[in-house]
Amino acid sequence: MIQIKAGAALLPHLVHMKGRGALWAGLALACAAGAAGAEPVAPAREAELIGMVRQDCGSCHGLTLKGGLGPPLVAPALKDKRMELLKHVILWGRPGTPMPPWRSFLTEAEAEWIAVRLLKGFPDER
Amino acid sequence: MNARVMLAAAALLAAGCAQLGLRGTGDLGVIVERGAGRLQVVDTTRQARTGTVAGLGDLSHASVVYSRDGRYAYVFGRDGGLTKVDLLRMRIDRRIVQSGNSIGGAISQDGRLIAAANYEPGGVRVFDSDTLELLADIPATWGDGSQRAKVVGLEDAAGSRFAFSLFEAGEIWVADLSVPRAPKIQKFANVGRQPYDALITPDGRYYIAGLFGEDGLAMLDLWHPERGVRRVLDGYGRGEQPLPVYKMPHLEGWAMAGSLAFLPAIGRHEVLVVDTATWREAGRIPVAGQPVFVMAQPDGRQVWVNFAFPDAEKVQVIDAERRKVVQTLTPGRAVLHMEFTPRGEAVWISARDDDRVVVYDTASFERRAVLAADKPSGIFFSSRAHRIGF
Repeated sequence: MIQIKAGAALLPHLVHMKGRGALWAGLALACAAGAAGAEPVAPAREAELIGMVRQDCGSCHGLTLKGGLGPPLVAPALKDKRMELLKHVILWGRPGTPMPPWRSFLTEAEAEWIAVRLLKGFPDER
Repeated sequence: MNARVMLAAAALLAAGCAQLGLRGTGDLGVIVERGAGRLQVVDTTRQARTGTVAGLGDLSHASVVYSRDGRYAYVFGRDGGLTKVDLLRMRIDRRIVQSGNSIGGAISQDGRLIAAANYEPGGVRVFDSDTLELLADIPATWGDGSQRAKVVGLEDAAGSRFAFSLFEAGEIWVADLSVPRAPKIQKFANVGRQPYDALITPDGRYYIAGLFGEDGLAMLDLWHPERGVRRVLDGYGRGEQPLPVYKMPHLEGWAMAGSLAFLPAIGRHEVLVVDTATWREAGRIPVAGQPVFVMAQPDGRQVWVNFAFPDAEKVQVIDAERRKVVQTLTPGRAVLHMEFTPRGEAVWISARDDDRVVVYDTASFERRAVLAADKPSGIFFSSRAHRIGF
């Protein structure tokens, strides 16, 4: 088991560790570190994010988000998942799987915006 | 049947014939309109659209194979839809939903069998190409037998055989469908971690699966399956930390020029060059992003490369002799696919986020035409009908 000391600064190290335990521990930490300080996302950017999720995430998860090489991201498939987990996976990826980290392209607030909407059922483009 | 009904039937028949006319299909093809679940039928001689065919379901990852007469396009949709589209009448001939989630398929050497690679439920289903009747169901079971793997890289091999890879299992299978309802399967285990796609050489001899989970490719000599699967380009990354991969490369379109083959490197801004005489790395070509498709022109003189997010607005052209990039084009945002005309004087390139397909002259790189299309992805010309591995 991994010892969690404190602080979100540990996260990058945790996600590079192998195995589910590390991922979950990392997530717990992400939750503890909190979703505080998430700024709102501008409407024009929202449209871009919707396009990005549908098209770029869609290349693995399907345009309808029903899954492909990646797992389905439709709301019923995510019903047991917490928002913080989704946000974390979006930002940091899942080592050992093809899921890449998107943090170079998304702010924390944007990842959270996406995670919240995935749980509710993601909006369509246009 | 009374006279009035007969007259109406005759009129309908006449109308149908008039509409169809007489023409070949060798210069026809389709463009997948990803979001709309629709195909455009296009004419590569006139460089124009001839019609549309709608109602094909979820085409977010669609691929197409052709009947050997070049008339019918078999479209494999993400949602498991398998649709046989008549290019001449520009309508759906037959359509079935054969699985929950599909990645693509292949047509047998004799044109009689269509095989679909499925993610959900993981496996391969084989259909009669005329009627789309199910002939064989091959579940991709692995481990203790209770799990099913996603099937990728399904290719047509000589005889009535299909070769494919099991993503989670790290296996390559060859299914012999000489007796379609009683397939014989040969399995190769431990070929490497997470095969994500595969190709077959133009002569049909080598089946090569790219590995996502490690640096290297798994190769099976279909002339000598008894020799087993061997690793090629093992450790091409040489311990470097690969970049995150924002889109899986595709291996279809074996880019070969002379004895050299060009392949996308996973997680690197490089095209790998392989000497097919020795199957050793013969060099690397730095490119503008992570390659998705690396495709040789039919004459093999130039190799065209498109890229994953966030470099997807570019296309680069490599001179195969000099092994360097000689041209960078920007056809539009989110370039998803490139397709050459049968003898390669032109290439059609889809730019999803600009809703267009751009036609370039492959010698001068001049833009010859721009066609409007709704979120275009794959472009598939009927000349694929006569190529192994397409």
